[in-house]
Amino acid sequence: MNLHGFGPQLLLGTLMTVRLALSAVSVGLVLGLLGATAKSSRHATLRLMGEGYTTIVRGIPELLMVLIVYFGSSTMIGAVLRQFGIDTYVELGPFLSGTVALGLTFGAYATEVFRGALLTVPRGQIEAAQSLGLGRWHCFHRIVLPQLWRIALPGLGNLFMVLLKDTALISVVGLDEIMRKAQIAVGDTREPFTFYGCAALIYLGLTVVTSGGLMALEHRANRGYRRARS
Amino acid sequence: MSFDSGVIVDTFPKLLTGAVLTVQLVALSGLGGLALAFPIGIARSSRRPWVRALPWCYIFFFRGTPLLVQLFLVYYGLSQFSSIRHSELLWPYLRDPYWCALIAMSMNTAAYIAEILRGALQAVPRGEIEAAIAVGMSKTQILRRILVPRAVRIGLPAYSNEVILMLKGSALASTITLLELTGMARTIIAETYMPVEIFLAAGACYLAISFLMVRTFKLVENILNRHLRHAR
Repeated sequence: MNLHGFGPQLLLGTLMTVRLALSAVSVGLVLGLLGATAKSSRHATLRLMGEGYTTIVRGIPELLMVLIVYFGSSTMIGAVLRQFGIDTYVELGPFLSGTVALGLTFGAYATEVFRGALLTVPRGQIEAAQSLGLGRWHCFHRIVLPQLWRIALPGLGNLFMVLLKDTALISVVGLDEIMRKAQIAVGDTREPFTFYGCAALIYLGLTVVTSGGLMALEHRANRGYRRARS
Repeated sequence: MSFDSGVIVDTFPKLLTGAVLTVQLVALSGLGGLALAFPIGIARSSRRPWVRALPWCYIFFFRGTPLLVQLFLVYYGLSQFSSIRHSELLWPYLRDPYWCALIAMSMNTAAYIAEILRGALQAVPRGEIEAAIAVGMSKTQILRRILVPRAVRIGLPAYSNEVILMLKGSALASTITLLELTGMARTIIAETYMPVEIFLAAGACYLAISFLMVRTFKLVENILNRHLRHAR
């Protein structure tokens, strides 16, 4: 396959894709935890907010989400800032927009995954932690979270695979990731099949590596259970 | 925030024509994907490794790469080969973004549906197949009368999820110049410079469509499973 010297560019694009996926997943995990906490909260307002978040975000196409964040964010942020008497123009670049849009989407699906996992943590353990005098944060961080992680990991892994493929959408707003680099190469060489095929192979490689990594993570998360079974 | 709802009312008819195209794309690619998925899914659950290998590769490719790449490979990529550009049979279709979107979306969703179908086929209780053998049914009879009808009922909820994902995937058709809901929204924004209002209106349209689709599938599920209602 003759890449006409665009190989290094594609590699740079791959790096950008990986960076975007990692930053979006960290935003998404936080949002997912917050969403799950809100949805299983005692307060009806919080539950409603969580419900609204997941329903709306999961029903809107990812591409539309990216476009809304990229083209709409400056208007919306400007309007919020004006409430506080600050009159400046704020613009999210492609990378930040992509992080926010993909993070929001990941977070909405992760909310459901986390919520399902939260239910599996026995109530008695939380009560035991409280009776030992652990605060809310300590209880969450030391008792709930480690168990949550193990149960939620397979679901989160699937979501991450979806996220990884959705990073291609950010090329629409001009982030220099794999697809955008391929488009530039196509514009120069007029060989669309070569470069989009190459991009497809890179994504396949990324998914293979990711599923390997996820398997290792799951193996690690289950290490306390393996011994017990044998 | 200066939210101008008047512009939404003014441009709503145009958005609706986009929504019609979106629904059309999803419905046709859903059916096309289903038609493709049956041979792939059945071959995928074969016991012979060489029958299994090809559908495995197909599913691996289409699930491992973004739909956007697949769309671009069909729409832009295939034109690299002069044999396709000069083919009188293929070129009229492969030149048309509408057909390219349909082809790419059908092939993509077929890979996911095939996996759903495989799972559903494997979920059919062994005893029912043994009973069919005991009654003296042939292999094709078992497939047609026992396996497929049972698998369709088991796989329907997962299939409805896949159709909703396809609805969201159809927004990508706007990247190859199709004026479906998202594409239409972008065109309107280019004229009115009101991204927030128009995109939110388009988002509301998507929510409405997905709500209607979920309802329809629930209805179909109820009709298909009506024999179970009395038992309960």
